[in-house]
Amino acid sequence: MLQTCALSILMFTGASQFALVGVIGAGGSVWTGAATAVLLGARNSLYGLRLASLLEVTGLRRVAAAQFVIDETTAMAIARDQPEKSRFAFWATGVTLFILWNLGTLIGALLTHAIPNPKVFGLDAAPPAAFLALLAPRLRAREPFAIALAAAAAAIVLLPFVPAGVPLLAIALLVALFGVMRRP
Amino acid sequence: MIWAGVLVASVACYGLKLAGLSLPQAWLRDSRIQRTVPLIPVALLAALVAIQTFSTGRHLVLDVRAASLVVAIVAVVLRAPFLVVVIAGAATAALLRLL
Repeated sequence: MLQTCALSILMFTGASQFALVGVIGAGGSVWTGAATAVLLGARNSLYGLRLASLLEVTGLRRVAAAQFVIDETTAMAIARDQPEKSRFAFWATGVTLFILWNLGTLIGALLTHAIPNPKVFGLDAAPPAAFLALLAPRLRAREPFAIALAAAAAAIVLLPFVPAGVPLLAIALLVALFGVMRRP
Repeated sequence: MIWAGVLVASVACYGLKLAGLSLPQAWLRDSRIQRTVPLIPVALLAALVAIQTFSTGRHLVLDVRAASLVVAIVAVVLRAPFLVVVIAGAATAALLRLL
């Protein structure tokens, strides 16, 4: 339970947390799970890049701001038309989400400890639905849609032959190669 | 051992966030990086959906989770909020197991 809460405080980027837990839960190695989590977290670098000029944070404020660089805060910040409003949106969204996310994690961790068989509540069907909900907003164009289908198919094909988590790493590598090699 | 993975991955995820705020703007602005990085979560999330729906450990299985996925896809197409999608998926599995 401590580990679940530590993830929300320290990692604070939902998709990565779910992936780490998912890989370990499926019997994969901790390090395969950690690598998948880090790969999913790479997009936060691009968000940081986008936010850097808006926020103009330095020193300690930057160290604090960095933890809040996630999907939601970036979306809220870049949707404003004035830098002051962007900054307010970023910090307000970041602090609110950080508190609620960690509270939700604590409640969830306490509740699941009290449930003897999570399957009765369909809790094993919740993670795929959550991943799908995270994925959907990224599928508005044809190319990501095709990549998502190919990745899902590749995962199913690879799964029986390699340790848990490895299909994810192989797919990440393939899509990165595809992205870098292809012509604009 | 799990703790080590949790801590290392957390530190790395934080490092990626801080790097975005700190690195020279031109460095990450390379068009290939700009095009490639957003594709990685798309592929990984799609793979995670497939794996967590159709497998238990290293075995491919077809069970009530497939029906949950269909319901979740309908919810997503209707632009339902995150929690509604998750609850719809879980509730479908729970109901089908009750039958």
